[in-house]
Amino acid sequence: MWVYEKKLQYPVRVSKCDPMMAKFLLEQYGGADGELAAALRYLNQRYTIPDKVIGLLNDIGTEEFAHLEMIATMVYKLTKDATVEQLKAAGLGDHYANHDKALFYQNAAGVPWTATYIQAKGDPIADLYEDIAAEEKARATYQWLIDMTDDVDLQDSLKFLREREIVHSLRFREAVEIIKDDRGKKKYF
Amino acid sequence: MNDPLNNQIRVYKPFIGPFDPCPPLPYRTYVVPPNQYIVFQPRDWPQYSLQEALTRGTLWPNLFSPYNPKRNSQEGGA
Repeated sequence: MWVYEKKLQYPVRVSKCDPMMAKFLLEQYGGADGELAAALRYLNQRYTIPDKVIGLLNDIGTEEFAHLEMIATMVYKLTKDATVEQLKAAGLGDHYANHDKALFYQNAAGVPWTATYIQAKGDPIADLYEDIAAEEKARATYQWLIDMTDDVDLQDSLKFLREREIVHSLRFREAVEIIKDDRGKKKYF
Repeated sequence: MNDPLNNQIRVYKPFIGPFDPCPPLPYRTYVVPPNQYIVFQPRDWPQYSLQEALTRGTLWPNLFSPYNPKRNSQEGGA
């Protein structure tokens, strides 16, 4: 069960009318290393991981949904006032043909999200290493997105999200250490 | 980690061939964030103020990783 707070985890301000950036941002919305994949991956792995790290997967998986909302807000702001001609010029004509201005879980190239992006191996080490890799790939995606816009306000929100990937990666590394050494000798966390 | 802006960036020179069709990039960079050097976060690390922590995305100065866009750099991508 979740408790919903009706606000974003971090403010999203978009200052430049740049509908093409919305198309690129979709990579983090419905892409292989995007926030939807991250949230579903972690929350699903919770059930078959040692008790000591269930809470971590729960917390990070929940936070990924908060990030998904931020990306959705960015995409929405960048497209809501665009004319059809502007959308076509931004490379979103094929998106409009199928979805009007609705958001959809697909990557920057328009490929719909698929569960094959994520894995649940049932082996704690294998699953946690996948999670670490996913965080670093999402960090890299944020870097390339930051490179592609000169809107400093949008960059600000993207930099926040990039930093969260770095923190999450470390937490998954710590989870590996916790399940490696299961003799109750760890003092700090 | 005392100078995170500079010491997280790594530089390498890609191979430049004699018949490259496009002007070669002199160098490429990538980021190695601080999490790569920490196995388990120690106790009692210094913390940012709550306001600054929100801005930076982390409570811990030792985990902060700045990123400057490469939009117009000569490097042209990572």
